Amino acid sequence: MATIDAKGVYYRQLNKQIKDLVAQGNDEIVLNNVNGHRYIGDGLDSNVKLIINGTPGNDMAAFTNGVEIIVNGNGQDGIANTMNDGKLVIRGHAGDALGYSMRGGEIYVKGRVGYRVGIHMKGYKDKQPTIIVGGTAGDFFGEYMAGGRLILLGLEREEGKSIIGNHVAVGMHGGVIYVRGEVEAYKVGLEVEVLPIDEADREELKEYLADYCKEFDLDLSEVMNAQFSKLIPVSSRPYGNMYAY
Amino acid sequence: MRGSRPTEKIMSGCAISGILNRRGKCFSGKEIMDSIALMHDRSNGLGGGFAAYGIYPDHKDEYAIHMFYDDLEAKEKVDYFLNRHFVILVSEKIPTREVEAINNPPIIWRYFVRPDERKLSESGLEEDEYVAQSVMNINANYRGAFVVSSGKNMGVFKGVGYPEDIGEFYKLEEYEAYLWTAHGRFPTNTPGWWGGAHPFTLLDWSIVHNGEISSYGANKRYLEMFDYKCTMQTDTEAITYLFDLMLRKHNLPLEVAVKAVAAPLWSEVERMDDEEAKLVKSIRAVYGSALLNGPFSIILGHKDGFLALNDRIKLRPLVVAEDEERTYVASEEAAIREICSKPEKLWSPRGGEPVIGLLEGRSGV
Repeated sequence: MATIDAKGVYYRQLNKQIKDLVAQGNDEIVLNNVNGHRYIGDGLDSNVKLIINGTPGNDMAAFTNGVEIIVNGNGQDGIANTMNDGKLVIRGHAGDALGYSMRGGEIYVKGRVGYRVGIHMKGYKDKQPTIIVGGTAGDFFGEYMAGGRLILLGLEREEGKSIIGNHVAVGMHGGVIYVRGEVEAYKVGLEVEVLPIDEADREELKEYLADYCKEFDLDLSEVMNAQFSKLIPVSSRPYGNMYAY
Repeated sequence: MRGSRPTEKIMSGCAISGILNRRGKCFSGKEIMDSIALMHDRSNGLGGGFAAYGIYPDHKDEYAIHMFYDDLEAKEKVDYFLNRHFVILVSEKIPTREVEAINNPPIIWRYFVRPDERKLSESGLEEDEYVAQSVMNINANYRGAFVVSSGKNMGVFKGVGYPEDIGEFYKLEEYEAYLWTAHGRFPTNTPGWWGGAHPFTLLDWSIVHNGEISSYGANKRYLEMFDYKCTMQTDTEAITYLFDLMLRKHNLPLEVAVKAVAAPLWSEVERMDDEEAKLVKSIRAVYGSALLNGPFSIILGHKDGFLALNDRIKLRPLVVAEDEERTYVASEEAAIREICSKPEKLWSPRGGEPVIGLLEGRSGV
């Protein structure tokens, strides 16, 4: 295990240090005093585990192919852009555009997330990305979603605060979204159907949530003890006739 | 086109930060410089600036006019204008220090002035309007002269460079304010120039802005009907004047002005109760041309506090935090944590949801 003190270190220098330590064969790196450093873990093709203490900057874990990142703090915007594989565990909140165009791996967020989370997510065969959010989400959740899974739990919600924003899953044409609770019809894109979950869905959800609950020390049966809504696309090609005569 | 100004519209995507001590206690500019410097990579060195409220307690009843001059000839002409319309109590160079990264500054001057009493009463104008019209006059008609700020007990310090270098250049650590806002610029359409840096101001209003206003043309034409002259060729300038129009001239509540610039989407209006829908529709009918379209996050500074606001679908970042006596707002959480590592509360407002920070005892800006 290696440790880096990021205080006063410019992001380029920090990321170079991380890459050097990975190249030397370190399998666990602790980053202390991280605050706003951009691009941490981007493009890493390794099983290295990064433990980040602080607030990592924008565009963390973009294009990664297998890194594991634990954030003891909040994440900012643009996390896991086009992430291919790996696991992110964010113990605080995360900002806007989390998991944009994500193609594989898992993201667990303990708290709330911002706008445009999981937009353009994709899935192909066994590459099915998963984002699980413990708190609430802003507008455009799962916009243009094409594959993978988005799970929104809305635990520890401020009173009167809605679990999800407007324009949910607009343009969705693949994948699945599970929301713990109700989703008002007006919030959801026209291409999407909101269904109650059945037993098979429940079993599947339990599988995904088991690891999440373990990670954040939550009681799985308590989390499961609720109504869930399932959002799926009505058509696989909602705009297939758009330009047809 | 005037000497120092570029010929195209400026649009930008940038960093913003603000700190308010709600109890009105003044603190040095060092913290706001640290906060904006943390977001160094959001700017590209073509503009940085700060607004500071509470910095001139010895002259708090006089208008502090900060000026840029291209040359002494421009200064002589504006000096003559100011002497005719105002009583000038102080006229001095704004202190600066040599900073390697800051090149070719204009002549940077400040005046503390009171409107000439006879001229003021002859004009029949309120004092603020008299000053605002003078500012418009200088900016539109005096080549090579640019009013940087014109409020009381406040001032703007800006220029071409990274914000932390601009702060060092102006020795901002030596000033103490209860409200600081800051901007790091990333101009995308035109070259940066000293007057084109943020904040943009009129009287006590100052705006720092991340984003671009695609409704600029409509907003500008609307403002021209009320004698505002958009001479800086930037979208941000129009935001400043829109708030001046609605809040000072039309005396609207802040919440109404917010609903004009970031009008709720029609799909949201449909779900409102009748009374609220009626209000929102009326605002839209009267102030439709004040709607700001396009991505933005802004901080509007004023003597009583600030307003921070995102566009309706939140296409720019904005984070807010509070501790016991301060409210912080910035483009990135890290920029707040740099100066307040453990705030009591930290959140991101929704698109179009105003965050209003006020001095204790004030009810609205």
